[in-house]
Amino acid sequence: MPIFLQVPFQKKDIQGLTAGERVLLSGTVYTARDAAHKRMDDQLIEGKPFPFDIEGQVIYYVGPTPAKPGQVIGSAGPTTSGRMDKYTPKLLDLGLGGMIGKGYRSEEVKQSIVKNRAIYFGAIGGSAALIARSIKAVEMIAYEDLGTEAIRKLTIENFPVIVINDVHGNDLYREGVEKYRQI
Amino acid sequence: MREIHYDDIVQKVADMCIEANYDLGEDVYNAFKAALKTEKSETGKEVLAQLIENADIATELRVPMCQDTGTVVCIVELGQECQIVGGSLYDAINDGIRKGYGKGYLRNSIIRNPIDRKNTNDNTPGIVHIELVEGNQVKIKMTAKGGGAENMSDLKMLKPSDGLEGIKKYILDVVRVAGPNACPPLIVGIGIGGNFERCAYLAKKSLFRHVGKRHPDPAVAKLETELMDDINRLGIGPQGMGGTTTALDIKIEVEACHIAALPVAVNLNCHASRHKEAIL
Ligand code: SF4
Repeated sequence: MPIFLQVPFQKKDIQGLTAGERVLLSGTVYTARDAAHKRMDDQLIEGKPFPFDIEGQVIYYVGPTPAKPGQVIGSAGPTTSGRMDKYTPKLLDLGLGGMIGKGYRSEEVKQSIVKNRAIYFGAIGGSAALIARSIKAVEMIAYEDLGTEAIRKLTIENFPVIVINDVHGNDLYREGVEKYRQI
Repeated sequence: MREIHYDDIVQKVADMCIEANYDLGEDVYNAFKAALKTEKSETGKEVLAQLIENADIATELRVPMCQDTGTVVCIVELGQECQIVGGSLYDAINDGIRKGYGKGYLRNSIIRNPIDRKNTNDNTPGIVHIELVEGNQVKIKMTAKGGGAENMSDLKMLKPSDGLEGIKKYILDVVRVAGPNACPPLIVGIGIGGNFERCAYLAKKSLFRHVGKRHPDPAVAKLETELMDDINRLGIGPQGMGGTTTALDIKIEVEACHIAALPVAVNLNCHASRHKEAIL
């Protein structure tokens, strides 16, 4: 049975979640991938304000396809999270509650997740048409010039994810694979 | 000389770009269904079921199955008795990509050069390989290749003394390191032989063969089957979350090479294996 979780959340809401559990997210998340992360980081270094209030928020690593007429958003599955690793510990220290993406995180990110009591969710890479159905509204927030890479606020309903790295230091990519490894 | 018109090529390429991204090939779809029956992990089954549903939604709503609608790679088998009229073959293919990606609401993922990283905003240029063949037809085989799996691909110049064992070990290492990043279940494309650049091309070319179809040379087919077994015992599973379906298939192409050489390339493809072909 999946667990229902409201986003943004308070840290206490996610302390009970464990790697491998299926979760359906509802509420709002912010999109950002390579170029948006670089720009957010540059702005932080310059001492400029962050484009949104980051406390307890979830960032979704995605660059959607253009919406067809009548669609809220185009296909919108996760991109590889590891490319954002360089910027992530700083964002977690600032209060970011969690991330949605696909693929491995670096040791630094995993340690920062535990330290900050945060969470990393995996969405299913390549199931972009299905995921788009759980996105109900889209609002442009910042960096519109980045096109597909701009920061958007998504209103989501029962967005399907699986816990990869939890607050206890569990890692589904390690433990799940160990369970089925024969060579 | 049979004449083949520029505009016909543009149209065919545009159609293929859209269809490849909306309609998952039957070969991959059936491989999902077969894997769902054999997969041991509950999470793995969940993932496979979701991928089947995703493919159904994409076809029904006429939308891309994955948001990364890829780099277009074409292998053109150009009959030496035909002539392209109305413009260059390369331009026709790029015009087709431009048209298909625009009309199909596909994502533009190509930058004009890796130094300034500016998007070309029409997903061109595609990567075009031309093979001259006999006859008076043009066959265009295209794929929309995703970035996640391409990024985890690898090439190594092994030593002849590494032998078959060395080849297998290297391939398994590449798949293991790729883990969840390449969006398993994978189609693993392998090139063995040729030289440095040829071997990478062979690996890419192998991915154009249908899922489930073995190499005609029994020795190569045997190696494919053995490697497939080993890869599925790595435990990576669907989306790298653990399971028994790490690869849907593995393809190997081999070619002559130097006595001192044993080049091996591994070109990983994700489950969103989008291939189409057209004959003109
Ligand atoms: S690796 Fe393939 S399935 Fe995964 S996001 Fe990229 S194109 Fe889509």
